[in-house]
Amino acid sequence: MPVPEDRRYSREHEWALPEPDGLILVGITDFAQHELGDVVYVDLPRPGDRVTQNAQMGEVESVKAVSELFSPVSGEVAAVNEDVKNAPELLNESPHEKGWLIRVKPDDPAELDSLLDAAAYTALTE
Amino acid sequence: MTDAPLRTTVLHDDHVSLGARMVPFAGYDMPVQYAGVLAEARAVRTAAGIFDVSHMGRFAVDGGDARALLDWVHTADIGEAMPMGRARYGLLCNESGGILDDAIVYRLGEERFMIVANAANAAKVFAWLERWRNERFPNAALTDRTSEIAMIALQGPEATYIAGQIAGFDPEAVRPFNVVETEVMGAPTLIARTGYTGEDGVEIMPASAVASSLWRALTDAGAAPCGLGARDTLRLEAALLLHGSDMDETVNPIEAGLGRFVRLERDFCGAEAVRAAAENGTPRVLAGFRTAERGPAPRAHHRILINEADVGEVTSGSYSPYLDTNIGLGYLPREASEPGSPISVDVRGRQIPAQIVALPFYKRSR
Repeated sequence: MPVPEDRRYSREHEWALPEPDGLILVGITDFAQHELGDVVYVDLPRPGDRVTQNAQMGEVESVKAVSELFSPVSGEVAAVNEDVKNAPELLNESPHEKGWLIRVKPDDPAELDSLLDAAAYTALTE
Repeated sequence: MTDAPLRTTVLHDDHVSLGARMVPFAGYDMPVQYAGVLAEARAVRTAAGIFDVSHMGRFAVDGGDARALLDWVHTADIGEAMPMGRARYGLLCNESGGILDDAIVYRLGEERFMIVANAANAAKVFAWLERWRNERFPNAALTDRTSEIAMIALQGPEATYIAGQIAGFDPEAVRPFNVVETEVMGAPTLIARTGYTGEDGVEIMPASAVASSLWRALTDAGAAPCGLGARDTLRLEAALLLHGSDMDETVNPIEAGLGRFVRLERDFCGAEAVRAAAENGTPRVLAGFRTAERGPAPRAHHRILINEADVGEVTSGSYSPYLDTNIGLGYLPREASEPGSPISVDVRGRQIPAQIVALPFYKRSR
């Protein structure tokens, strides 16, 4: 699966996609879901919670292991993907789209500039 | 301790070329998954999967004292009553009744046996056999055949059919827990109707020289390559214990719920202690539980709580694709181990509600 050009990436394998309304959609990368294997449980913050760039915001559990989720941006959680909580396999099937995790109202949209672009992230995972 | 280089099985190149994710396990570089744990587990429950289990220890025990030696170290009856071609599961106990390993013994002839030990315990088991050979059973010959013979587990409802197609296996002639000596691809091969998944199937032990060709023939015939991840999930659903996790030398077979694999009236190493445990009962016992909701999975070493009090430890835990919830095993006070009893498990600081259930979690329909 190609690394989408429309978003930025953290070294912890989360992506951050700025949306037209100023919110930022957050998820994990295809590389990350592949490394995790079959995801069976996702623990996410709740709407209204604060998340901080590079700080833990939840966890994702595959059949055999638990991994921490780190937020790529700081801000307030505006929405949570309830579909992925109910059907964690969405993370494996559609990590860049249907498997998004949270929508964040960013404190500072310029924070995205500190993240990797698609080319740099691709290089990181090769 | 220095890190020894990882050993490889004769099928290592096949795993790598199939794109398996490799992990260190019991000193071997082994495949943990190919397509994915859930897809592999599904293949085994609905069709057929194959596992490279060549890392397990395969020891030939031959000679006039072979039967008596195995009868002494193993809790099942390896006596006169064990027919040729039969396989028996049981425990190897130390003098205090603690479980050194669990192992299947295969009777191939009057004075010819094979015992298959867990990879992590293989050296210990061989040394244990040598010790008793030297002390009491001098006319038993021990041969480590682990590297000259491979071992492929072919498991699932279509497993015996595929074994018939590829290896001439006859499921009518070789019933569960039996073994046959045959030839596959021109090489001497044992095919045993045994496994570690809760499904029907066989464990094929071919000469290493043909193992790779056999592996490819089995995958070509439709068996899905499966890794240690699926194997662990499947065996847990079937409540087949894992030595080193669910039992060890600090636990006796009665506590581990394995009394049915012990012939108590016999004289075997550790018998006195195991008999005492059976007669007096043990304060703790291995029990199975399932969580009320999917949630985060209980894992080995998580604490088990009843009314906030710490009463025991999880020994194995996983998401169960069969039950679509989380399941686990753990040691509990006997009085708290009845099916239906509520417990909770401390999963990284969260108390996850669960309930004791009867084992196994999964039993195949016949």
